[in-house]
Amino acid sequence: MTDSFDTPDLPAPPPEPEPSSGIGVDSWVAEADRRRLRGRGPLGLAAWGWESSPDSLKLLAFVAIAASLPFWLLSSEGNLFNFGLFTLIFVGLGLGLNVVVGLAGLLDLGYVAFYGIGAYAYALLSSPYYGIHWPAEATIPVAMGAAVIPAAILGFAARRLLGDYLAIVTLFFAQAFLVFTNVSNPTVFGKGLTGGANGIPLLDPLTFFGHKLTSTRALYFFLLGTVAVVAAAIYLANQSRIGRAWRASREDPLAAEVMSIPVNRLKILAFIFGAAVAGALGAIYAAVTTATVSTDFNIGVLIILYAIIILGGFGSIAGVFVGAIIINVSFEFLEPQSDYPSFKRWLFYGVIILMVTRLRPWYRSALVLAGAAGFGFAVHAIVAATAGHAWTSGRTVSGAGWITHWVVIPQASHGNFRNFLYIGLVLAILLVASLPGWWRTIALAPTLYLTAVVWENVLVQNPAVTALILFGVMLIVLMAVRPEGLLGTARVEIV
Amino acid sequence: MHHLLLFNIIDQARQLGWGGAFTLLRNGIVSGSLYALIALGYTMVYGILKLLNFAHGDVFMVGTFLGYGVLIGFGGALAPTIPIIPLILLMFAASMAGSGALGVAIERFAYRPLRNAPRIAPLISALGVAFFLENSAQLLTNSAHELYNGYALGGKNGNFGPLLNPVFSVAGNPVTVVMVIVVLTAIALMGALVLLVYRTKLGKAMRATAFDREAASMMGIDTDRVISTTFFIGSVLAGAAGVMYGLYLGDAYFFIGFLFGLKAFTAAVVGGIGSLPGAMLGGVLIGLIESFATGYVGGQWSEIVIFGILILFLLVRPTGLLGSHAIQKV
Amino acid sequence: MAATEPTPLLELKNLSMSFGGLKVIDQLDITVNKKEIVSVIGPNGAGKTTLFNLITGIYRPDAGEILLEGENLVGLRPYNITRRGVARTFQTLRLFLNMSVIENVMASQYGRTKVDIVRAMLRTPGMRREEREIRRFAEEKLSFFGQRLMGYRWNQPAYSLSYANRRRLEIARAMATDPKILLLDEPAAGMNPVETHEITELIGQLRDEGGFTIFLIEHDMHVVEGISDRVVALDHGVKIAEGSFEQVATDPRVVEAYLGTKATATK
Repeated sequence: MTDSFDTPDLPAPPPEPEPSSGIGVDSWVAEADRRRLRGRGPLGLAAWGWESSPDSLKLLAFVAIAASLPFWLLSSEGNLFNFGLFTLIFVGLGLGLNVVVGLAGLLDLGYVAFYGIGAYAYALLSSPYYGIHWPAEATIPVAMGAAVIPAAILGFAARRLLGDYLAIVTLFFAQAFLVFTNVSNPTVFGKGLTGGANGIPLLDPLTFFGHKLTSTRALYFFLLGTVAVVAAAIYLANQSRIGRAWRASREDPLAAEVMSIPVNRLKILAFIFGAAVAGALGAIYAAVTTATVSTDFNIGVLIILYAIIILGGFGSIAGVFVGAIIINVSFEFLEPQSDYPSFKRWLFYGVIILMVTRLRPWYRSALVLAGAAGFGFAVHAIVAATAGHAWTSGRTVSGAGWITHWVVIPQASHGNFRNFLYIGLVLAILLVASLPGWWRTIALAPTLYLTAVVWENVLVQNPAVTALILFGVMLIVLMAVRPEGLLGTARVEIV
Repeated sequence: MHHLLLFNIIDQARQLGWGGAFTLLRNGIVSGSLYALIALGYTMVYGILKLLNFAHGDVFMVGTFLGYGVLIGFGGALAPTIPIIPLILLMFAASMAGSGALGVAIERFAYRPLRNAPRIAPLISALGVAFFLENSAQLLTNSAHELYNGYALGGKNGNFGPLLNPVFSVAGNPVTVVMVIVVLTAIALMGALVLLVYRTKLGKAMRATAFDREAASMMGIDTDRVISTTFFIGSVLAGAAGVMYGLYLGDAYFFIGFLFGLKAFTAAVVGGIGSLPGAMLGGVLIGLIESFATGYVGGQWSEIVIFGILILFLLVRPTGLLGSHAIQKV
Repeated sequence: MAATEPTPLLELKNLSMSFGGLKVIDQLDITVNKKEIVSVIGPNGAGKTTLFNLITGIYRPDAGEILLEGENLVGLRPYNITRRGVARTFQTLRLFLNMSVIENVMASQYGRTKVDIVRAMLRTPGMRREEREIRRFAEEKLSFFGQRLMGYRWNQPAYSLSYANRRRLEIARAMATDPKILLLDEPAAGMNPVETHEITELIGQLRDEGGFTIFLIEHDMHVVEGISDRVVALDHGVKIAEGSFEQVATDPRVVEAYLGTKATATK
């Protein structure tokens, strides 16, 4: 070889100033990418530490920390139940969904139905409903089987058009499942098979070979073990020829097929694999909550699961853990009956201020925050002076009195006012997003204030719906800003 | 079910008789027209962007609320402050314009930034938009069923108004004014759409963009604008369907977008996604299947029957009734 | 090569294919013998890539047979055809861009390996043995390109490779399916003269050292001239000439197909 462009013996050669040829620059490009991604400061150090530690160590560290949680952070029964158990269930569900969506690239919108099928299987086979009391070691495999069979049929039906059609078929399947359990409820052995809208109550606790898991702690450790095993199994599958074939089919199905990979069969395998994981977790979920109701498997749950895997990053196993923790913890805080009413508010304002401080240069963010504060007090003063007391004294805010002096909170009788506010906020955000440069900065201050007004008047009153709205917005914004999620790697597409 | 399904169906059919069958046929055609209008929006967007626009059903839902808002703004159906014909026209105009603007905004902010992103990104964005619209509507309406009370429009003291007057009857089963309005409006809108797509320069640009976006843009077609227009047209049709839904079936509710959208989507798939006549045919077909399934099998099974048909179609004829096989470029 | 009796490896018999009313391949007969390098030339739109798509099962012919060692491939799914010993590269470069270089070459060994998902998750000794073998085989194929795809490049994502290296990786990935015949779709497209020279030598090595039979589409006449045992010229899906490079390049019909007139051959 006599060309002078390439110097492959050096580990990281500097770029040759040779714009006409791409040879030899690839190693430099890769290095530059890594340098750019690394960042500086403690965050960069943490990222470096994360990247350079082996994956088994990461899982071990997670299990160790999680196993210690019941003894300090989550020592109360209720906290362990809400934060611990549910986060782990979400992690498990996210792991299964991530195989389907992240590795195989299938948009599976029926995932919640498989989860629900597992739960109903447990409810029918381990409860007084039909008087069948199978132990969990028998029920869970059956629940997985019950989820796998419809998954296989669906996957087979959509096999020739796996891409988009699978999304609509599975979405419809999820809906049909809800209708079946909630409305159709066919009579079997003298009883409605699924208990209709009331569902099936009084399920047996998880019982393995005669050992009952009744305490929250026992369930927590059982779930932790299950999740760790599932994560390890998926990790190993991903590192095998199956995992490579999944990813290859996601990247380019046609090329994968020509490279001896039976793409459709593998995609159906991933789909079924996801259904099996969902089925198992459904059974566990049913046992943990001791009842099965069809509304636990609605589209809202599906969106939460997607928010989890997208936030964490498609295809990233560690990302599922991060996403599930963030989403479930924030969800618990946003719950209507949350024990942390003022925390909700601090979380909200904290996130907003954090987002504003990311503006560069720094005086922009200072200007926006000061502008929003000043704008608010001005509006409040004007409203108080012109419209009177009824417009500013709607509610007292305990622990944060300043809010009532800043945010206009009218009394409840001004019903339509809040709807206009909400729609106005959406329009304002869209406006801000489409304004250029300094105009955006200027428009941001009143928009921020409007956000606070809407939050205090509309969103705080209905936190459950608010959480779902925020998840919906998060999906849109994440897709536009950082589609690879927190821990995913940026993907390059053929252009 | 105590009997075998088939016996059950025959039994039910005998009980309902020919008059009952006609009622089912009538209901199927009317709701099928609505499905067809919504299916057109799905199929147009799919044709041009290869995107399943999950949010389309919710644009339709917003349309029902926009129509309702105009109705309430003029005193409501029980005591309208203006004559009913201009009132209904105003409802249509507001709903179609508002839905159209919403569709354009969705495209601009949720899909356009993702033009060159992985296939799955706009799909997830679409899911986010659908979820956002649905829950926003739930929040703003407090989950209320907002009644159109269309039956009372133009009637005295809350009695039945002219919308429920029979135009003609078959075996004592009336076909009312509102049904005729729904079907005729749907046909007129679809006719206008076909003319637009196959007879105008804009339509040519749309077809070119659907065929090959890159090549179209190189030929001087402003594809972003064409895509935006496509969303606008699809959403206008959904807005019109929203008002008709309200007048015909009676209410506006935040969840109808999801369900109605899902069935309309099935219609688009059954008809052959990407095909305009296919969407119309599929819509009417789904309306009929739903209606007859409700009558003969039971309302609690109608969605499951439609789902079964969808699966069957994908197995037997995955390209739909009027869809064609595309040759894959390698 | 012609010294020993040639044994046919790939035979196309009376192959026809049309899109709508347009005949893209028309009653084509081509035979590729074992250890032979056959080039297909022809102007744009002559049906060359369609021919490859037919052989690899992406399209299904309207009529005719495609025989690999006497066994008909028509109707088989692409992955099955590849498993029987036909591998190809893509003119448009269809690598698994977000997978690492070595994973690209490991992924294409799917058809020649068999560990299932359960054994993969349990990481059984048999699975580990097979995984080691997959890796060794991949490294062997990558080392075919000298230092080009070695060392630090193994673990880099395929998208970080230069254009020429992507072409090389395409070939390595195809080789890793362990084929009998390699279909190379314009392997020198977009390469500079030095790289073109190198890839020409490499194709020769693929045959001589790798033992592959090679069926090649190429526009660069230097490449075609340098390595072909036989050249087939296509125009509008019809074979218009076949023979040595000299014979085909000077054939008046070929010249006409390229230049549109009966001009003299200039290569």
